[in-house]
Amino acid sequence: MIYAKDINENTPWQDLTPGGEIYEPGTARLFNTGSWRTNTPVFHEEACKHCMLCVPFCPDSAIPVKDGKRLDFDYMYCKGCGICKEVCPFPAITMVTGGVVK
Amino acid sequence: MSHRLSGNEAIAYAMKQIDPDVMGAFPITPSTEIPEYFAQYVANGEVNTEYVAVESEHSSMSVCIAAQAAGARAVCATSSCGLALMYELLYVAASCRLPISLVCVNRALSGPININHDYSDSMGGRDSGWIQIYAENNQEAYDNFIMAMPIGEHPNVRLPVMTCMDGFITSHAVENIELLETDVVRRFIGEYNPEHYLLKKENPLAVGPYDLSPYYMEHKVMQAEAMKAAKVRILEVAAKFEKISGRCYGLFEEYRMEDAELALVLMGSTAGTAKAAVDKLREDGVKAGLVKTRVFRPFPGQELARALAGTRAVAVMDKSEGFSANGGPLFAETRSALYDLKERPYLIDIVYGLGGRDVKVEDIEKVFGRLADIAVTGEIGPLYTHMGQRSKGGDR
Repeated sequence: MIYAKDINENTPWQDLTPGGEIYEPGTARLFNTGSWRTNTPVFHEEACKHCMLCVPFCPDSAIPVKDGKRLDFDYMYCKGCGICKEVCPFPAITMVTGGVVK
Repeated sequence: MSHRLSGNEAIAYAMKQIDPDVMGAFPITPSTEIPEYFAQYVANGEVNTEYVAVESEHSSMSVCIAAQAAGARAVCATSSCGLALMYELLYVAASCRLPISLVCVNRALSGPININHDYSDSMGGRDSGWIQIYAENNQEAYDNFIMAMPIGEHPNVRLPVMTCMDGFITSHAVENIELLETDVVRRFIGEYNPEHYLLKKENPLAVGPYDLSPYYMEHKVMQAEAMKAAKVRILEVAAKFEKISGRCYGLFEEYRMEDAELALVLMGSTAGTAKAAVDKLREDGVKAGLVKTRVFRPFPGQELARALAGTRAVAVMDKSEGFSANGGPLFAETRSALYDLKERPYLIDIVYGLGGRDVKVEDIEKVFGRLADIAVTGEIGPLYTHMGQRSKGGDR
């Protein structure tokens, strides 16, 4: 069986699935949608109180949480909408222009 | 079993014998009788089919796509504007590689609105990625439908199959027909066991994902390769079918072509009329022959070129316009196929029979008369003409 993780933009047609069928669930995780970003949030860990307000407000899965603490942005999914910066009560998130953190 | 059935009755009966899982049902002249007769089988409990009555052909094909993706065998029948309303879904079915079986009872497309036969409906879908097989008569319509699933469902193919018959001429005329026994049909069709399907709980499947430029081209190449593979599969299935029926089918039928100098290429019920004309001309010593196109998609270009290689003049007869200003669709394919021959016959196109305009044996004889002149003079005259319309100053 052909798995989604083994398919990329260099895969020859002989190794793709008929009709682009996908034989497993949850493969959107493999899809880099962060490339659409035109503005980028920056995480300032020293100012973060881990109140977790930003986490449910993120429309995608760009803010990972581990052991009750939010981690740095997962830029693979972040589209730079800036909602996290708006809801953050602390100066823990700032936005910079452009798709990458300089 | 010898019977007398109309083409529509024969198809409905074939569907009953196959007992498909799902039918997407919507009526349109002249295919309406197929879901109508089949509904009686459903009501009588003679089949186990989920009969889904929908509100349009867009929906009937959508039902078939969903059902086939789920792992079911889905069938459908339509005509003309109904097929046109399905066009978007025809492409979806083919690109999702779902081997749905559709009967197209050919009828002229609007407008002006017309209910009689020509191929403008299915010719509009010729580039949609469906296999297309055309029938001359009721027997072939029945046989082609029974062969559709074994062709389309093969893992090397996985393409939907459209079997076509001429509206009213074939669909409504009652003819003698040999039906197979139901258990023979069932064994021939076998079980549908796709490797992947939506209801397979062991591994969830996503069908028809968004497919941008880094992948779309590759998927189209796969479809194109499947269509090439279909040609081989069609012949394999035909060979197996001959064993259970005694009836032999190729990619096309060659009628008295062995030493033919003048030949026609055409499809559907006109072949019966043309065979009568060929027989008559043969009695007069004219070396006339006929190639009846059966499989239009995949188009058997090389095989057709070989069949026509020994002829001197050929007329393609197109029963649909195409409006290319350069001849009809069958002409375009035939002319392209002949390009690689070292010695090509003279070739003309005659568009005829649009919207059910009748064609008679004498009309076909006139075409052969023109071919005889071309063979002698080497002058083809107008490349592409219409036949059977009222014109000032005669036929052209």
